[in-house]
Amino acid sequence: MNVLTDNFSTYGAGFLGTVRLTVYASLLALALGFVTASFRVAPVGALRAFGTVWVTVLRNTPLTLLFFAVLLGLPRFGLVLPFDVFAVLALGCYTSAFVCEALRSGINTVPKGQGEAARSLGMTFGQTLSLVVLPQAFRAVIPPIGSTLIALAKNSAIAGAFSVTELLGTYKTINELGYNIIWTFVWIAVGYLIVTLAISALFHVLERTWGVAR
Amino acid sequence: MTGATALYDVPGPRTRQRHRVYGVLATAVILGLVAWILYLLVDTGQFTTTKWTPFAYKGIQELLLRGLGNTLKAFAIAALLSLALGGLLAVGRLSDHRPVRWAAALVVEFFRAMPVLVMIFFIFVALKVQPLPALVAGLTLYNGSVLAEVLRSGVNAVERGQREAAFALGMRKTQVMAHVLLPQAVRAMLPAVISQLVVALKDTSLGYLVTYEEFLHAGKLIASNLDYDLPFIPVVMVISPIYIGMCMLLSWCAGRVSRREQRSPRTEAVAVAAAGPGAPLPGGEPPMAPKP
Repeated sequence: MNVLTDNFSTYGAGFLGTVRLTVYASLLALALGFVTASFRVAPVGALRAFGTVWVTVLRNTPLTLLFFAVLLGLPRFGLVLPFDVFAVLALGCYTSAFVCEALRSGINTVPKGQGEAARSLGMTFGQTLSLVVLPQAFRAVIPPIGSTLIALAKNSAIAGAFSVTELLGTYKTINELGYNIIWTFVWIAVGYLIVTLAISALFHVLERTWGVAR
Repeated sequence: MTGATALYDVPGPRTRQRHRVYGVLATAVILGLVAWILYLLVDTGQFTTTKWTPFAYKGIQELLLRGLGNTLKAFAIAALLSLALGGLLAVGRLSDHRPVRWAAALVVEFFRAMPVLVMIFFIFVALKVQPLPALVAGLTLYNGSVLAEVLRSGVNAVERGQREAAFALGMRKTQVMAHVLLPQAVRAMLPAVISQLVVALKDTSLGYLVTYEEFLHAGKLIASNLDYDLPFIPVVMVISPIYIGMCMLLSWCAGRVSRREQRSPRTEAVAVAAAGPGAPLPGGEPPMAPKP
Protein backbone atom coordinates (compact mmCIF):
# COMPACT_ATOMS: atom_id res chain seq x y z
CA MET A 1 0.00 0.00 0.00
CA ASN A 2 2.79 2.45 0.79
CA VAL A 3 4.02 2.05 -2.78
CA LEU A 4 0.93 3.98 -3.80
CA THR A 5 0.90 6.56 -0.99
CA ASP A 6 4.63 7.31 -1.22
CA ASN A 7 4.58 7.75 -4.97
CA PHE A 8 1.17 9.31 -5.29
CA SER A 9 2.43 12.29 -7.29
CA THR A 10 4.34 10.07 -9.76
CA TYR A 11 1.33 7.82 -10.23
CA GLY A 12 -0.93 10.86 -10.48
CA ALA A 13 1.20 12.42 -13.21
CA GLY A 14 1.29 9.13 -15.09
CA PHE A 15 -2.44 8.58 -14.71
CA LEU A 16 -3.21 12.10 -15.92
CA GLY A 17 -0.80 11.53 -18.81
CA THR A 18 -2.69 8.40 -19.84
CA VAL A 19 -6.05 10.18 -19.53
CA ARG A 20 -4.82 13.16 -21.54
CA LEU A 21 -3.33 10.94 -24.23
CA THR A 22 -6.53 8.90 -24.41
CA VAL A 23 -8.81 11.94 -24.62
CA TYR A 24 -6.82 13.81 -27.28
CA ALA A 25 -6.17 10.68 -29.35
CA SER A 26 -9.88 9.76 -29.11
CA LEU A 27 -10.91 13.17 -30.38
CA LEU A 28 -8.42 12.95 -33.25
CA ALA A 29 -9.49 9.38 -34.04
CA LEU A 30 -13.19 10.29 -34.04
CA ALA A 31 -12.60 13.31 -36.29
CA LEU A 32 -10.31 11.49 -38.74
CA GLY A 33 -12.53 8.41 -38.62
CA PHE A 34 -15.56 10.53 -39.49
CA VAL A 35 -13.73 12.12 -42.42
CA THR A 36 -12.44 8.80 -43.79
CA ALA A 37 -15.83 7.16 -43.27
CA SER A 38 -17.45 9.92 -45.31
CA PHE A 39 -14.78 9.34 -47.97
CA ARG A 40 -15.56 5.65 -47.97
CA VAL A 41 -19.26 6.15 -48.62
CA ALA A 42 -18.73 9.07 -51.03
CA PRO A 43 -19.98 8.77 -54.60
CA VAL A 44 -16.53 9.85 -55.85
CA GLY A 45 -14.28 6.92 -56.73
CA ALA A 46 -10.99 8.63 -55.90
CA LEU A 47 -12.10 9.47 -52.37
CA ARG A 48 -13.41 5.94 -51.83
CA ALA A 49 -10.07 4.51 -52.95
CA PHE A 50 -8.21 6.87 -50.62
CA GLY A 51 -10.41 5.84 -47.69
CA THR A 52 -9.97 2.15 -48.46
CA VAL A 53 -6.19 2.45 -48.66
CA TRP A 54 -6.08 4.46 -45.42
CA VAL A 55 -8.14 1.87 -43.55
CA THR A 56 -6.44 -1.21 -44.99
CA VAL A 57 -2.92 0.05 -44.38
CA LEU A 58 -3.52 1.39 -40.88
CA ARG A 59 -5.51 -1.63 -39.70
CA ASN A 60 -2.71 -3.96 -40.72
CA THR A 61 0.16 -1.90 -39.32
CA PRO A 62 1.55 -2.92 -35.94
CA LEU A 63 1.09 0.05 -33.63
CA THR A 64 4.69 -0.23 -32.43
CA LEU A 65 5.88 0.19 -36.01
CA LEU A 66 3.64 3.23 -36.40
CA PHE A 67 5.01 4.76 -33.20
CA PHE A 68 8.52 3.95 -34.36
CA ALA A 69 7.91 5.63 -37.72
CA VAL A 70 6.12 8.69 -36.34
CA LEU A 71 8.18 9.41 -33.21
CA LEU A 72 11.56 8.72 -34.72
CA GLY A 73 10.80 9.25 -38.41
CA LEU A 74 8.95 12.55 -38.68
CA PRO A 75 11.76 14.54 -37.02
CA ARG A 76 13.89 13.56 -40.04
CA PHE A 77 11.61 15.76 -42.13
CA GLY A 78 12.40 18.68 -39.87
CA LEU A 79 9.05 18.28 -38.10
CA VAL A 80 10.04 18.58 -34.45
CA LEU A 81 7.15 18.45 -31.99
CA PRO A 82 6.91 17.28 -28.38
CA PHE A 83 6.73 13.50 -28.05
CA ASP A 84 3.21 13.70 -26.59
CA VAL A 85 1.94 15.29 -29.80
CA PHE A 86 3.57 12.59 -31.90
CA ALA A 87 2.06 9.92 -29.65
CA VAL A 88 -1.41 11.48 -30.04
CA LEU A 89 -0.89 11.58 -33.82
CA ALA A 90 0.16 7.92 -34.03
CA LEU A 91 -2.59 6.67 -31.71
CA GLY A 92 -5.24 8.86 -33.32
CA CYS A 93 -4.39 7.85 -36.89
CA TYR A 94 -4.21 4.16 -35.97
CA THR A 95 -7.55 4.19 -34.15
CA SER A 96 -9.22 6.33 -36.84
CA ALA A 97 -9.12 3.33 -39.19
CA PHE A 98 -11.17 1.26 -36.72
CA VAL A 99 -13.53 4.16 -36.00
CA CYS A 100 -14.00 4.59 -39.74
CA GLU A 101 -15.03 0.96 -40.19
CA ALA A 102 -17.43 1.14 -37.25
CA LEU A 103 -19.04 4.30 -38.64
CA ARG A 104 -19.26 2.87 -42.13
CA SER A 105 -20.93 -0.32 -41.00
CA GLY A 106 -23.26 1.86 -38.91
CA ILE A 107 -24.26 3.85 -41.98
CA ASN A 108 -24.70 0.62 -43.93
CA THR A 109 -27.18 -0.70 -41.35
CA VAL A 110 -29.58 2.11 -42.20
CA PRO A 111 -31.98 0.50 -44.69
CA LYS A 112 -32.07 1.93 -48.18
CA GLY A 113 -35.79 2.62 -47.83
CA GLN A 114 -35.14 5.22 -45.14
CA GLY A 115 -33.11 7.37 -47.50
CA GLU A 116 -35.55 6.81 -50.36
CA ALA A 117 -38.47 7.81 -48.15
CA ALA A 118 -36.63 10.93 -47.01
CA ARG A 119 -35.87 11.93 -50.59
CA SER A 120 -39.38 11.29 -51.76
CA LEU A 121 -40.57 13.68 -49.03
CA GLY A 122 -38.42 16.26 -50.77
CA MET A 123 -35.56 16.40 -48.29
CA THR A 124 -32.24 17.65 -49.55
CA PHE A 125 -29.05 15.60 -49.21
CA GLY A 126 -28.05 17.53 -46.10
CA GLN A 127 -31.45 16.96 -44.49
CA THR A 128 -31.46 13.27 -45.38
CA LEU A 129 -28.04 12.91 -43.84
CA SER A 130 -28.55 14.92 -40.69
CA LEU A 131 -32.19 14.10 -39.91
CA VAL A 132 -32.59 10.52 -41.11
CA VAL A 133 -29.40 8.59 -41.78
CA LEU A 134 -26.91 9.85 -39.19
CA PRO A 135 -29.23 9.67 -36.15
CA GLN A 136 -29.98 6.02 -36.93
CA ALA A 137 -26.37 5.21 -37.68
CA PHE A 138 -25.29 6.92 -34.45
CA ARG A 139 -27.49 4.63 -32.37
CA ALA A 140 -26.06 1.51 -33.94
CA VAL A 141 -22.49 2.71 -33.71
CA ILE A 142 -22.19 3.37 -29.96
CA PRO A 143 -21.08 -0.12 -28.81
CA PRO A 144 -18.38 -0.69 -31.48
CA ILE A 145 -16.97 2.82 -30.98
CA GLY A 146 -16.88 2.16 -27.24
CA SER A 147 -14.80 -0.98 -27.62
CA THR A 148 -12.52 0.81 -30.09
CA LEU A 149 -11.87 3.61 -27.59
CA ILE A 150 -11.22 1.10 -24.80
CA ALA A 151 -8.63 -0.52 -27.08
CA LEU A 152 -7.16 2.95 -27.65
CA ALA A 153 -6.78 3.51 -23.91
CA LYS A 154 -4.99 0.17 -23.61
CA ASN A 155 -2.80 0.90 -26.63
CA SER A 156 -1.71 4.20 -25.09
CA ALA A 157 0.62 2.10 -22.90
CA ILE A 158 2.92 1.79 -25.91
CA ALA A 159 3.52 5.55 -25.74
CA GLY A 160 5.01 5.06 -22.29
CA ALA A 161 7.70 2.83 -23.75
CA PHE A 162 8.58 5.70 -26.12
CA SER A 163 9.28 8.02 -23.15
CA VAL A 164 5.97 9.87 -23.07
CA THR A 165 4.78 10.63 -19.52
CA GLU A 166 2.19 7.94 -19.04
CA LEU A 167 1.07 5.38 -16.49
CA LEU A 168 3.15 2.40 -17.61
CA GLY A 169 6.29 4.56 -17.80
CA THR A 170 6.06 5.34 -14.07
CA TYR A 171 7.38 1.88 -13.18
CA LYS A 172 10.93 2.98 -14.06
CA THR A 173 10.95 5.94 -11.67
CA ILE A 174 9.37 3.99 -8.85
CA ASN A 175 11.57 0.96 -9.43
CA GLU A 176 14.70 3.10 -9.21
CA LEU A 177 13.57 4.32 -5.81
CA GLY A 178 13.70 0.70 -4.66
CA TYR A 179 10.01 -0.02 -4.16
CA ASN A 180 8.54 -3.49 -4.53
CA ILE A 181 8.22 -4.04 -8.26
CA ILE A 182 5.22 -6.36 -8.03
CA TRP A 183 3.16 -3.82 -6.12
CA THR A 184 4.30 -1.09 -8.49
CA PHE A 185 2.71 -3.01 -11.33
CA VAL A 186 -0.40 -3.83 -9.32
CA TRP A 187 -1.15 -0.12 -8.95
CA ILE A 188 -0.39 0.52 -12.61
CA ALA A 189 -2.87 -2.23 -13.47
CA VAL A 190 -5.46 -0.64 -11.18
CA GLY A 191 -4.91 2.69 -12.98
CA TYR A 192 -5.59 1.12 -16.37
CA LEU A 193 -8.64 -0.68 -15.02
CA ILE A 194 -10.01 2.66 -13.80
CA VAL A 195 -9.54 4.22 -17.26
CA THR A 196 -11.04 1.31 -19.21
CA LEU A 197 -13.93 0.82 -16.78
CA ALA A 198 -14.69 4.56 -16.92
CA ILE A 199 -14.87 4.48 -20.73
CA SER A 200 -17.03 1.38 -20.68
CA ALA A 201 -19.36 2.98 -18.08
CA LEU A 202 -19.60 6.14 -20.20
CA PHE A 203 -20.61 4.13 -23.24
CA HIS A 204 -23.11 2.13 -21.20
CA VAL A 205 -24.79 5.40 -20.28
CA LEU A 206 -24.68 6.60 -23.89
CA GLU A 207 -26.15 3.35 -25.06
CA ARG A 208 -28.92 3.42 -22.44
CA THR A 209 -29.78 6.96 -23.43
CA TRP A 210 -29.56 6.77 -27.19
CA GLY A 211 -28.84 3.17 -28.07
CA VAL A 212 -30.97 0.86 -30.16
CA ALA A 213 -33.95 -0.47 -28.27
CA ARG A 214 -33.51 -4.21 -28.04
CA MET B 1 -21.53 1.54 -53.75
CA THR B 2 -23.58 4.34 -55.27
CA GLY B 3 -27.25 3.56 -55.02
CA ALA B 4 -26.55 0.68 -52.65
CA THR B 5 -26.80 2.81 -49.51
CA ALA B 6 -29.45 4.97 -47.98
CA LEU B 7 -27.42 8.03 -48.84
CA TYR B 8 -27.81 8.52 -52.57
CA ASP B 9 -30.15 7.85 -55.41
CA VAL B 10 -28.83 6.35 -58.58
CA PRO B 11 -27.21 9.44 -60.11
CA GLY B 12 -28.57 11.04 -63.24
CA PRO B 13 -26.45 12.43 -66.07
CA ARG B 14 -25.86 15.84 -64.47
CA THR B 15 -24.93 14.33 -61.10
CA ARG B 16 -22.60 11.92 -62.80
CA GLN B 17 -20.98 14.87 -64.56
CA ARG B 18 -20.58 16.65 -61.22
CA HIS B 19 -19.14 13.52 -59.59
CA ARG B 20 -16.63 13.26 -62.41
CA VAL B 21 -15.50 16.82 -61.69
CA TYR B 22 -15.20 16.00 -57.98
CA GLY B 23 -13.30 12.86 -58.89
CA VAL B 24 -10.78 14.79 -60.97
CA LEU B 25 -10.37 17.38 -58.22
CA ALA B 26 -9.93 14.71 -55.54
CA THR B 27 -7.43 12.81 -57.67
CA ALA B 28 -5.49 16.03 -58.19
CA VAL B 29 -5.41 16.75 -54.45
CA ILE B 30 -4.34 13.19 -53.59
CA LEU B 31 -1.66 13.17 -56.29
CA GLY B 32 -0.48 16.55 -55.01
CA LEU B 33 -0.20 15.10 -51.50
CA VAL B 34 1.78 12.12 -52.78
CA ALA B 35 4.03 14.41 -54.82
CA TRP B 36 4.61 16.63 -51.77
CA ILE B 37 5.61 13.62 -49.66
CA LEU B 38 7.94 12.40 -52.42
CA TYR B 39 9.42 15.89 -52.67
CA LEU B 40 9.99 15.94 -48.89
CA LEU B 41 11.67 12.52 -49.10
CA VAL B 42 13.98 13.59 -51.90
CA ASP B 43 14.57 17.02 -50.38
CA THR B 44 15.72 15.60 -47.05
CA GLY B 45 18.00 13.20 -48.93
CA GLN B 46 16.27 9.92 -48.17
CA PHE B 47 17.17 8.39 -51.53
CA THR B 48 20.93 8.95 -51.36
CA THR B 49 23.12 5.96 -52.10
CA THR B 50 24.72 6.00 -48.63
CA LYS B 51 21.35 5.46 -46.97
CA TRP B 52 20.40 2.55 -49.20
CA THR B 53 23.75 0.74 -49.45
CA PRO B 54 23.28 -1.24 -46.20
CA PHE B 55 20.49 -3.25 -47.82
CA ALA B 56 22.95 -4.53 -50.42
CA TYR B 57 25.16 -6.13 -47.77
CA LYS B 58 24.72 -9.79 -47.02
CA GLY B 59 25.27 -9.34 -43.28
CA ILE B 60 22.47 -6.80 -43.03
CA GLN B 61 20.11 -8.86 -45.13
CA GLU B 62 20.81 -11.77 -42.82
CA LEU B 63 20.22 -9.56 -39.80
CA LEU B 64 16.82 -8.57 -41.19
CA LEU B 65 15.95 -12.14 -42.09
CA ARG B 66 16.95 -13.33 -38.62
CA GLY B 67 14.74 -10.63 -37.15
CA LEU B 68 11.85 -11.71 -39.38
CA GLY B 69 12.46 -15.32 -38.34
CA ASN B 70 12.35 -14.34 -34.67
CA THR B 71 9.11 -12.43 -35.22
CA LEU B 72 7.55 -15.45 -36.91
CA LYS B 73 8.87 -17.75 -34.21
CA ALA B 74 7.32 -15.64 -31.44
CA PHE B 75 4.09 -15.49 -33.44
CA ALA B 76 3.97 -19.25 -34.01
CA ILE B 77 4.55 -20.12 -30.35
CA ALA B 78 2.16 -17.44 -29.11
CA ALA B 79 -0.52 -18.49 -31.61
CA LEU B 80 -0.35 -22.17 -30.63
CA LEU B 81 -0.29 -21.45 -26.91
CA SER B 82 -3.11 -18.91 -27.09
CA LEU B 83 -5.27 -21.34 -29.05
CA ALA B 84 -4.65 -23.95 -26.35
CA LEU B 85 -5.27 -21.48 -23.52
CA GLY B 86 -8.33 -20.13 -25.31
CA GLY B 87 -9.80 -23.61 -25.63
CA LEU B 88 -9.07 -24.35 -21.99
CA LEU B 89 -10.60 -21.11 -20.71
CA ALA B 90 -13.62 -21.46 -22.99
CA VAL B 91 -14.29 -24.95 -21.62
CA GLY B 92 -13.76 -23.54 -18.13
CA ARG B 93 -16.31 -20.78 -18.72
CA LEU B 94 -18.82 -23.33 -20.01
CA SER B 95 -18.23 -25.70 -17.13
CA ASP B 96 -21.10 -27.03 -15.04
CA HIS B 97 -19.18 -26.33 -11.84
CA ARG B 98 -19.68 -22.84 -10.56
CA PRO B 99 -16.19 -22.31 -9.02
CA VAL B 100 -14.50 -23.33 -12.29
CA ARG B 101 -16.81 -21.04 -14.25
CA TRP B 102 -16.09 -18.10 -11.95
CA ALA B 103 -12.35 -18.65 -11.94
CA ALA B 104 -12.25 -18.84 -15.73
CA ALA B 105 -14.45 -15.74 -16.02
CA LEU B 106 -12.19 -13.83 -13.65
CA VAL B 107 -9.06 -14.76 -15.60
CA VAL B 108 -10.64 -13.93 -18.95
CA GLU B 109 -12.08 -10.60 -17.85
CA PHE B 110 -8.89 -9.50 -16.12
CA PHE B 111 -6.54 -10.27 -18.99
CA ARG B 112 -8.89 -8.77 -21.54
CA ALA B 113 -9.02 -5.51 -19.60
CA MET B 114 -5.23 -5.20 -19.18
CA PRO B 115 -3.03 -3.67 -21.86
CA VAL B 116 -0.84 -6.42 -23.35
CA LEU B 117 2.23 -4.28 -22.89
CA VAL B 118 1.64 -3.96 -19.13
CA MET B 119 1.56 -7.75 -18.87
CA ILE B 120 4.66 -8.17 -21.01
CA PHE B 121 6.52 -5.57 -18.95
CA PHE B 122 5.33 -7.13 -15.72
CA ILE B 123 6.61 -10.55 -16.76
CA PHE B 124 9.81 -9.09 -18.19
CA VAL B 125 10.70 -6.61 -15.43
CA ALA B 126 9.07 -7.91 -12.27
CA LEU B 127 9.44 -11.64 -12.83
CA LYS B 128 12.81 -11.20 -14.59
CA VAL B 129 12.00 -13.51 -17.49
CA GLN B 130 13.91 -13.58 -20.79
CA PRO B 131 12.44 -11.38 -23.56
CA LEU B 132 11.04 -14.18 -25.76
CA PRO B 133 9.18 -16.06 -22.99
CA ALA B 134 7.94 -12.74 -21.60
CA LEU B 135 6.60 -11.66 -24.99
CA VAL B 136 5.04 -15.05 -25.70
CA ALA B 137 3.50 -15.27 -22.22
CA GLY B 138 1.99 -11.78 -22.48
CA LEU B 139 0.59 -12.42 -25.94
CA THR B 140 -0.72 -15.83 -24.88
CA LEU B 141 -2.55 -14.51 -21.82
CA TYR B 142 -4.21 -11.68 -23.74
CA ASN B 143 -5.05 -13.46 -26.98
CA GLY B 144 -5.97 -16.65 -25.14
CA SER B 145 -8.54 -14.73 -23.13
CA VAL B 146 -9.99 -13.09 -26.21
CA LEU B 147 -10.07 -16.41 -28.07
CA ALA B 148 -11.81 -17.99 -25.08
CA GLU B 149 -14.65 -15.49 -25.48
CA VAL B 150 -14.75 -16.09 -29.24
CA LEU B 151 -14.95 -19.86 -28.80
CA ARG B 152 -17.47 -19.57 -26.00
CA SER B 153 -19.79 -17.46 -28.11
CA GLY B 154 -19.26 -19.98 -30.90
CA VAL B 155 -20.30 -22.89 -28.68
CA ASN B 156 -23.30 -20.92 -27.44
CA ALA B 157 -24.29 -20.19 -31.02
CA VAL B 158 -24.47 -23.87 -31.95
CA GLU B 159 -28.12 -24.79 -32.26
CA ARG B 160 -29.62 -26.16 -29.06
CA GLY B 161 -30.94 -29.19 -30.88
CA GLN B 162 -27.40 -30.37 -31.58
CA ARG B 163 -26.58 -30.59 -27.90
CA GLU B 164 -29.92 -32.12 -27.03
CA ALA B 165 -29.64 -34.71 -29.79
CA ALA B 166 -26.15 -35.66 -28.64
CA PHE B 167 -27.33 -36.06 -25.04
CA ALA B 168 -30.31 -38.06 -26.26
CA LEU B 169 -27.92 -40.43 -28.04
CA GLY B 170 -26.38 -41.12 -24.63
CA MET B 171 -23.16 -39.14 -25.09
CA ARG B 172 -21.41 -37.88 -22.00
CA LYS B 173 -20.79 -34.21 -21.27
CA THR B 174 -17.19 -34.38 -22.48
CA GLN B 175 -18.16 -36.27 -25.61
CA VAL B 176 -20.87 -33.76 -26.45
CA MET B 177 -18.38 -30.93 -26.09
CA ALA B 178 -15.53 -32.62 -27.94
CA HIS B 179 -17.43 -34.32 -30.76
CA VAL B 180 -20.45 -32.12 -31.34
CA LEU B 181 -20.16 -28.59 -29.99
CA LEU B 182 -16.49 -27.64 -30.35
CA PRO B 183 -16.05 -28.77 -33.97
CA GLN B 184 -19.05 -26.73 -35.05
CA ALA B 185 -18.01 -23.76 -32.94
CA VAL B 186 -14.48 -23.77 -34.31
CA ARG B 187 -15.78 -24.01 -37.85
CA ALA B 188 -18.16 -21.10 -37.39
CA MET B 189 -15.64 -18.98 -35.53
CA LEU B 190 -12.61 -19.66 -37.73
CA PRO B 191 -12.64 -16.19 -39.35
CA ALA B 192 -12.81 -14.50 -35.94
CA VAL B 193 -10.04 -16.77 -34.65
CA ILE B 194 -7.80 -15.93 -37.60
CA SER B 195 -8.41 -12.20 -37.24
CA GLN B 196 -7.44 -12.50 -33.58
CA LEU B 197 -4.24 -14.16 -34.77
CA VAL B 198 -3.63 -11.07 -36.91
CA VAL B 199 -3.73 -9.10 -33.66
CA ALA B 200 -1.18 -11.50 -32.18
CA LEU B 201 1.05 -11.07 -35.23
CA LYS B 202 0.82 -7.29 -34.99
CA ASP B 203 1.56 -7.40 -31.27
CA THR B 204 4.75 -9.44 -31.69
CA SER B 205 6.28 -6.08 -32.58
CA LEU B 206 5.90 -5.19 -28.88
CA GLY B 207 8.90 -7.49 -28.43
CA TYR B 208 10.98 -4.57 -29.68
CA LEU B 209 10.16 -2.72 -26.46
CA VAL B 210 11.45 -5.57 -24.27
CA THR B 211 14.66 -5.91 -26.34
CA TYR B 212 13.58 -9.11 -28.06
CA GLU B 213 15.62 -9.30 -31.27
CA GLU B 214 12.70 -9.33 -33.69
CA PHE B 215 12.14 -7.61 -37.02
CA LEU B 216 11.66 -4.06 -35.76
CA HIS B 217 14.68 -4.45 -33.49
CA ALA B 218 16.81 -5.44 -36.48
CA GLY B 219 15.47 -2.40 -38.33
CA LYS B 220 16.36 -0.15 -35.41
CA LEU B 221 19.92 -1.52 -35.39
CA ILE B 222 20.37 -0.59 -39.04
CA ALA B 223 18.58 2.72 -38.65
CA SER B 224 20.86 3.94 -35.88
CA ASN B 225 24.02 3.19 -37.84
CA LEU B 226 26.04 6.38 -38.37
CA ASP B 227 28.13 4.79 -41.16
CA TYR B 228 25.11 4.84 -43.42
CA ASP B 229 24.03 8.34 -42.40
CA LEU B 230 21.20 7.09 -40.11
CA PRO B 231 19.06 5.41 -42.81
CA PHE B 232 15.90 5.74 -40.76
CA ILE B 233 13.30 6.40 -43.42
CA PRO B 234 14.72 3.73 -45.79
CA VAL B 235 14.45 1.19 -42.98
CA VAL B 236 10.82 2.11 -42.37
CA MET B 237 10.21 1.93 -46.12
CA VAL B 238 11.66 -1.57 -46.21
CA ILE B 239 10.17 -3.15 -43.09
CA SER B 240 6.67 -1.68 -43.05
CA PRO B 241 5.56 -3.24 -46.37
CA ILE B 242 6.73 -6.62 -45.08
CA TYR B 243 4.86 -6.24 -41.78
CA ILE B 244 1.73 -4.88 -43.44
CA GLY B 245 1.95 -7.54 -46.14
CA MET B 246 2.10 -10.36 -43.59
CA CYS B 247 -0.87 -9.00 -41.66
CA MET B 248 -2.87 -8.36 -44.83
CA LEU B 249 -2.18 -11.90 -46.00
CA LEU B 250 -3.55 -13.28 -42.75
CA SER B 251 -6.55 -10.90 -42.83
CA TRP B 252 -7.21 -11.99 -46.39
CA CYS B 253 -7.20 -15.63 -45.25
CA ALA B 254 -9.79 -14.74 -42.62
CA GLY B 255 -11.94 -13.02 -45.23
CA ARG B 256 -11.61 -15.96 -47.58
CA VAL B 257 -12.53 -18.50 -44.91
CA SER B 258 -15.53 -16.42 -43.92
CA ARG B 259 -16.72 -16.11 -47.53
CA ARG B 260 -16.31 -19.85 -48.01
CA GLU B 261 -18.29 -20.41 -44.85
CA GLN B 262 -21.11 -18.28 -46.19
CA ARG B 263 -21.09 -20.22 -49.45
CA SER B 264 -21.02 -23.65 -47.87
CA PRO B 265 -24.23 -25.66 -48.34
CA ARG B 266 -24.52 -26.32 -44.63
CA THR B 267 -24.92 -22.69 -43.75
CA GLU B 268 -26.56 -21.56 -46.95
CA ALA B 269 -30.07 -22.35 -45.83
CA VAL B 270 -29.82 -20.32 -42.63
CA ALA B 271 -32.45 -17.60 -42.77
CA VAL B 272 -31.08 -14.15 -41.97
CA ALA B 273 -33.64 -11.65 -40.76
CA ALA B 274 -33.61 -8.48 -42.79
CA ALA B 275 -32.37 -5.49 -40.84
CA GLY B 276 -35.29 -3.33 -39.86
CA PRO B 277 -35.08 0.35 -39.04
CA GLY B 278 -32.94 0.77 -35.96
CA ALA B 279 -32.01 -2.90 -35.88
CA PRO B 280 -28.67 -3.70 -34.25
CA LEU B 281 -25.70 -4.32 -36.52
CA PRO B 282 -26.45 -7.76 -38.00
CA GLY B 283 -23.92 -10.03 -36.34
CA GLY B 284 -21.97 -7.02 -35.10
CA GLU B 285 -18.70 -6.36 -36.84
CA PRO B 286 -17.88 -8.54 -39.85
CA PRO B 287 -15.88 -11.42 -38.37
CA MET B 288 -12.84 -10.85 -40.59
CA ALA B 289 -12.31 -7.30 -39.41
CA PRO B 290 -8.99 -6.99 -37.58
CA LYS B 291 -9.41 -5.56 -34.12
CA PRO B 292 -7.48 -2.64 -32.64
